[in-house]
Amino acid sequence: MANGWLTDTLILLPLGGAIFVALAPLPRLAAGLVALVVSLFEIAFWGGALSAFDFSSSQVQLQDRVTWFGELGISYHVGFAGFALWLVGMSTIVMTAAIAYAVWVGRDHARAYFASMLLLTTALVGVFAAQDYLLFYVFWEAMLIPLYVLVGVWGGPGRLRATLMFFIYTMAGSLLMLASIIVLGISHHSFDMTTPSSIDNSDWIFLGFIAAFVVKAPIFPFHGWLPDAYREAPAEIAGVLSGAVSKAAAYGFLYVAILHFPGPTRDFRTPILVLAAIGLIYGSLLAFRAPDVRGVVAYSSLAQLGLITFGLFATNVAGFNGAVLQMVNHGLISAAMFMLAGLVELRTGTGRFDRLGGMARGRPALATVLMTLGIIALAVPGSGAFAGEFLILTGVFTSGWGWSVVGAIAIVLAAMYMLRLISAVLHRSKGSAVPEGARDLRLPELGLLLPLVALLIFLSAWPAAITDHTFGQTDATPGLERVR
Amino acid sequence: MLGATLQRPPIDWFALSPALTLLGASGVCLLAAVLTPARWRRRISAWVVGGAFAGAFIFAAFLYDRSPHPEQVIGGAIVRDRLGALTTLIICGAGLASVGVSWRIRLRAHVAEYYALLAAAGGGMVFLVTATNLITLFLALEWFSICLYVLCAIDVEVEGSLEAGLKYLVVGGFGSAVLLFGSALVYGATGEVGFSQIAQATASQGLVHDSFLVAGLAMILVGLGFKASAAPFHMWTPDVYEGAPTPLTGFMAAATKATALVLTLRLLTTAFPQEAQLWTIALAVIACASLAVGNLGALLQRNVKRMLAYSSISQAGFMLIPIAAGNALGGRALLFYLIPYAAMSVASFGVVAARERELGQAVTFENIAGLGWERPFLGVALWVCMLGFAGLPLTGGFVGKFYAFSAAYDRGWIWLVIVALVATAVSLYYYFGLVRAVYMRAPAGVGIAAAGGQPPRELALQTAVLGCLVVTVASFFFVDPLIRLCRMAAASLGYPY
Repeated sequence: MANGWLTDTLILLPLGGAIFVALAPLPRLAAGLVALVVSLFEIAFWGGALSAFDFSSSQVQLQDRVTWFGELGISYHVGFAGFALWLVGMSTIVMTAAIAYAVWVGRDHARAYFASMLLLTTALVGVFAAQDYLLFYVFWEAMLIPLYVLVGVWGGPGRLRATLMFFIYTMAGSLLMLASIIVLGISHHSFDMTTPSSIDNSDWIFLGFIAAFVVKAPIFPFHGWLPDAYREAPAEIAGVLSGAVSKAAAYGFLYVAILHFPGPTRDFRTPILVLAAIGLIYGSLLAFRAPDVRGVVAYSSLAQLGLITFGLFATNVAGFNGAVLQMVNHGLISAAMFMLAGLVELRTGTGRFDRLGGMARGRPALATVLMTLGIIALAVPGSGAFAGEFLILTGVFTSGWGWSVVGAIAIVLAAMYMLRLISAVLHRSKGSAVPEGARDLRLPELGLLLPLVALLIFLSAWPAAITDHTFGQTDATPGLERVR
Repeated sequence: MLGATLQRPPIDWFALSPALTLLGASGVCLLAAVLTPARWRRRISAWVVGGAFAGAFIFAAFLYDRSPHPEQVIGGAIVRDRLGALTTLIICGAGLASVGVSWRIRLRAHVAEYYALLAAAGGGMVFLVTATNLITLFLALEWFSICLYVLCAIDVEVEGSLEAGLKYLVVGGFGSAVLLFGSALVYGATGEVGFSQIAQATASQGLVHDSFLVAGLAMILVGLGFKASAAPFHMWTPDVYEGAPTPLTGFMAAATKATALVLTLRLLTTAFPQEAQLWTIALAVIACASLAVGNLGALLQRNVKRMLAYSSISQAGFMLIPIAAGNALGGRALLFYLIPYAAMSVASFGVVAARERELGQAVTFENIAGLGWERPFLGVALWVCMLGFAGLPLTGGFVGKFYAFSAAYDRGWIWLVIVALVATAVSLYYYFGLVRAVYMRAPAGVGIAAAGGQPPRELALQTAVLGCLVVTVASFFFVDPLIRLCRMAAASLGYPY
């Protein structure tokens, strides 16, 4: 249980910050700055966790355990697997950027807003850290509560419908997961995820978990909530949804479904791969046809999650590594893209392509950032996304070359929709909604976007930073050998 | 002459202390109603009754501590055990919070009587949960029911209050009559009125599945179903909850339901263990019916009190599940569930009461809009209560539901778990609909100024609501100590500790 306090701090620090921000009578800016400082400290503690982590081991580390209700064998048991730590890092960075964005843009009811954001950080980190099924469920549901408010209060005009859809879809999935957890835990007399008894081969329990994950990710055809939620949410919340929250679902696929249910994973691999493939192609096509910036990013998110699911259900080390790398890449890209879309909307009042265009002229910073992001997102060779997608395709190739072909087609489509987005915003003639005096990205805006871009460039230069530090000595990865 | 022949049973005053404290307070309030100047009555009676609930709470805590082994006292009329003590704690906690919520209740007259009846009703409930024979059961049931009939109708200023009282009286009276008839049938079949004697007689005289006994059991269940407002015996609930004074509604939702459910658990497990095959199925069906009726009914409501009334029907369904499971896990699941449930009920009706006093009219989904921003504390309180009712994490409602579902699964009734999950999914729509109304909709032309001017600071109400919130949230984090209390309490029914 060495260094368990780091995990506890990562979970409790934002919670404490949330309570402080909610209760202290701070003015708007101060509340935002407190939240920002708390989330920067969160990143620092994540750095501490990174340095304390032994990546050569595949064990769950930085563990801590406190009995919660002992008679059913439920405890507050937290810790990180190697790949989870990267997702925590990506999530905290995305959350920090989102908070910075909100400070810059200025949100009404600031204390409620920033408290919700910090609460969401706690829930996200908790999902990646939980080593007890019920605790996992608690954090999973806890994500929903702040998200419901964040979209419902600060969202666009159609927010009520969007929150309702989002809520009904995700709760339907979550409740099935709860049923699975009850059945699993009560019949095994333990809810712990690190003991051998946490492994199960029941198809029904597996499907209950999968139901929650496919909705949250989302995987085709469970994406009904996605377009509304991503369009109506405030830009930074859409970024958090598609960047960080969807990765909680992908993490669930990997850590809960695949590693704990080897038998059902083998049985249901093909159907899940088929759905992922459909989502991949369908999402890409929709992204290509989407009439606005957010639509493109939203549907590309559907496609990317399909690709990540591809990698995960390849159920081999290459696929896993590629998927984890791509989760981090996509998290950073889509958060940055949504915030960029938000900044464009701030300037022009719309994200619709038919009224945008020509924004590159006289706005070099905007053009450069969008170009760089777009280029990385479409997985140009040399980019981190290329490394991730390549590994995913390699992984899935071992299951059948057909899957790789689908993946490769999707990558071509990604190039199409990304280039369309770039040219529709930056190039062509000046759009009707673009005012003459629309400003370039300003310094604070660059300050929150550039770190994300820099991280992406860093991962392009050294993708092995993640892929070599995920599963330890790969052959010893818990559960992995059972799948193969 | 008579005194010499009558054998008086030894009286355990300690076991009676919570009920006697409340009765005493009731008497003091009635005296205050005639002997003190009108402007002091509200304050005196509220303090006296609040103090009595607190005192009864403390007595119950001692009783819990000092009664590790259940024993029948006062000639087998009541039993002194931890189950009764724990339920008393819940009732008195709810009562204390309700006194806080009632502090600024708008009654032109009869304020002291209101508090007197509240204390008397509490005393009756406390007595009922310790009942161990059918006579005591009926007496205590009528004792608190009659208090509640009057209380529902006490606020003649509110439209529908008299109607509520009358409706409750008629339907409740019918329920009591059915229960009494059922008791008579059971007595006729077994020749016994004591709960455990009934079980012994059933075993020794070979009366298992005897038609009189079963008919009596069914009728008793119906009578208790009326009190617990479980479907299909729920018809009175929405109207009565809507018409009754709001602080009282909170008390009824919390304490009446707790009393009826705990008594159901006690009666069924001690008096009718041989008929478990029958009553588990019967309760499961009633639970499903309550879930269906409560949830579907709540979907259509625009009046917040009516919505909460339907929600309380569906909550009764959820709490019947662990009783229906009929296992050790179920016993403690019910008791655990009751703790946050009672707190959330009082708190949510407390928020409604506060809003009602601001607006001077019934609270609907439309005119509650904006509450979250105007009254941040009340908004958060309502938010937490709705989360709790919906069974989402960070509230004890989650743990309660989890335990209840686990109990059903432990019995092997996965179908019941699925029904309950579907019901939970439906319930999210209206619970979160209220949150949506409170935070996300613009107030529809109704500001806080509707009642005129700045609303009074309701310190007592806010303290009571805060206390309830603390219980709701703390019961999520401190499950282990609470469940230990529940386990020891359920052990009085013979469940393995």
